[in-house]
Amino acid sequence: MTGHYLVLSAILFTIGGIGVLIRRNAIVVFMCVELMLNATNLAFVSFARMHGSLDGQIIAFFVMVVAAAEVVVGLAIIMTIFRSRKSSSVDDANLLKY
Amino acid sequence: MTTMNAVLAAGGPELHPQAAEGVQSVAWLLIALPLAGAAILLLSGRRTDKWGHLLGTAMSLGAFVVGVLAFFQMLGQHADGRSRLVHLFPFISAGSLKVDMNLLVDPLSISFVLLITGVGSLIHIYSIGYMSHDPDRRRFFAYLNLFVAAMLLLVLADNYVGLYIGWEGVGLASYLLIGFWQHKPSAATAAKKAFIVNRVGDFGLSVAIMVMFATFGSLSYQDVFGQASQASQGTITAIGLLLLLGACGKSAQLPLQSWLLDAMEGPTPVSALIHAATMVTAGVYLIVRSHAIYELSPDARLLVTIVGVATLLAGAIIGCAKDDIKKALAGSTMSQIGYMVLAAGLGRPGYVFAIAHLIAHGFFKAGMFLGAGSVMHAMNDDVNMRKFGGLRKVMPITFATFGLGYLAIIGFPGLSGWWTKDGIIDAAFEKGGTSGQILGWLALIGAGITAYYMSRLMFMTFFGEPRWDEDVHPHESPKVMTVPLILLAIGSVAGGAFLILGDRFAKFLAPVVGEPEASHRLITPYTAIVFALMVVGVGLAYVQYLRRPVPRTAPAGNPAVTFARKDLYGDALNESLLMRPGQWLTRLTVFFDNRGVDGVVNGLAAFIGGTSGRVRRVQTGFVRSYALSMFVGAALVVGALFLVRI
Repeated sequence: MTGHYLVLSAILFTIGGIGVLIRRNAIVVFMCVELMLNATNLAFVSFARMHGSLDGQIIAFFVMVVAAAEVVVGLAIIMTIFRSRKSSSVDDANLLKY
Repeated sequence: MTTMNAVLAAGGPELHPQAAEGVQSVAWLLIALPLAGAAILLLSGRRTDKWGHLLGTAMSLGAFVVGVLAFFQMLGQHADGRSRLVHLFPFISAGSLKVDMNLLVDPLSISFVLLITGVGSLIHIYSIGYMSHDPDRRRFFAYLNLFVAAMLLLVLADNYVGLYIGWEGVGLASYLLIGFWQHKPSAATAAKKAFIVNRVGDFGLSVAIMVMFATFGSLSYQDVFGQASQASQGTITAIGLLLLLGACGKSAQLPLQSWLLDAMEGPTPVSALIHAATMVTAGVYLIVRSHAIYELSPDARLLVTIVGVATLLAGAIIGCAKDDIKKALAGSTMSQIGYMVLAAGLGRPGYVFAIAHLIAHGFFKAGMFLGAGSVMHAMNDDVNMRKFGGLRKVMPITFATFGLGYLAIIGFPGLSGWWTKDGIIDAAFEKGGTSGQILGWLALIGAGITAYYMSRLMFMTFFGEPRWDEDVHPHESPKVMTVPLILLAIGSVAGGAFLILGDRFAKFLAPVVGEPEASHRLITPYTAIVFALMVVGVGLAYVQYLRRPVPRTAPAGNPAVTFARKDLYGDALNESLLMRPGQWLTRLTVFFDNRGVDGVVNGLAAFIGGTSGRVRRVQTGFVRSYALSMFVGAALVVGALFLVRI
């Protein structure tokens, strides 16, 4: 039964991954990253259920905390870039290179 | 008397020095006074410019006074108790290596002390006048004092380590003084050459000391000589040959003779003190001091005599061809030290004559070098004898003193050289056998050549028509320079007779080197031959350089003359045998270092640099490509994990 949750988690993770790779809008890329994080959370919780232990659920909480912190920093960066460049495309922010 | 015979049968008297008393117990003052002089003069800078030379001379004279007092105290002691130890301090104490810094005051060392401080003080006094116009006179006296201190340590030490320190100290002083006028490139080069050639000899001495320590476990003379008879023949011969190598370096004997002629670049008082009277005789001292070792090894002794005889001939031949008055005298010094080394290699009758000739030579050769300095002073520092001539009238005192030294060195009957050199020639014949005959005759021939080249020098400088440059106005030197000349001339005249008559010196040295079997014969079968060869040598020089006018430029000369002028191709030999292969070796190593070692390191760096230059193109600045590479990387890691699991 829990196998279905894992399949759903895999589907969500793939959608998120593809979104990160193909979308240019930084906000959408960001949302896709969140989607991947939540897909792994779902996998953690499912495994916790399967093994009958709480470890996976605890790690899921950790992931949420880290994700929240990441959202704060990430959004702040995106906001700053948008203010200076009037653009939220990840391809435009390409100065840091060889 | 029976005990004496027993001692002699055992290979010489053993050293049982007692503790020193009286003046001898402060023998360290001998070294400390000149050392203090050198330290004060070197450290105090220009403040002592005005009186530095006086301080230096006073320190040397002070050491001389201490030496004389110690000498008279020794004369008052019984012959068996004349070796006295002055305990100073334990110097090295590392594991089984224990070296105490003691001074050994015995007849041999006191003879050297008197020569070094006596002649040294005279040369200090002379230098006051000779160097009076040199802005660096204070530094000169500091180095002279340093030399005197090091040389006294060399002869007074009671162990090979102390001797070695003194040995290196005189080498340093010699280096500093040869290069005293270091603004002249020739002087700087000559100083380096002397230092490097001496290093070869010092290598021999240091290895000899190591072998001694490995064999005997001690480095004091007392222990080494006492146990020498228990060591194997091979070890003793090895020590003897290594010591000989050291002696060859310091005393400019073949094959390490090449530095002495160039060493004449130094100021003339230096040539007189260091490169004629004292330092270059250190090799002779080393051999005579280590006689207990040489007496056990006939092979080493034979090589010593061969080196001596070869050098005495080589030096004499070089002396014949030089137009530079100092280089002619330097060749002569080599030759005379060759006589001393020959004598030292001949065994017991020779030791006394080696040291006696050394002392006599110290007087007459120092006198002649100082005389040459006086002549150079008069001739605007020119050294070319072809531009001298007729100086006896304008420089009577220099001429008279030089002339007495000249008569002494050619062995004119009654003067120093006659007593000591005839003794050496006689001792060579006395050695017996074919080798004795060969050594004796070669030494005889050397005496004839000596008479020739010294007469040549004498005639070219003081006799004949003046061949001076136009702007030269010769004059006699001031008193401060002539008085030392006169005192040295007195030594050249009377020194030999004083030492040899009645076997005085032989008896004095007997506690150290053993009593000769028979007392010395004054008139030997060879006396007449030596005299005849001397007359022939003087006559040849008379015909060539007094009867005929001396050309101002040297004539081309035949190959033999060129051979002698080029120092018997000693430098060419060193260059082709040592310098060139050394340079090739260096170039090879440099090539290997540049191409091999550096090649690997540089190649690796270039490879990494080039690769990273290409790899950095991956950093495009597009966030999505980074994300893709992260995904690919993560997928690869996961895939690899799966592969490992399955």
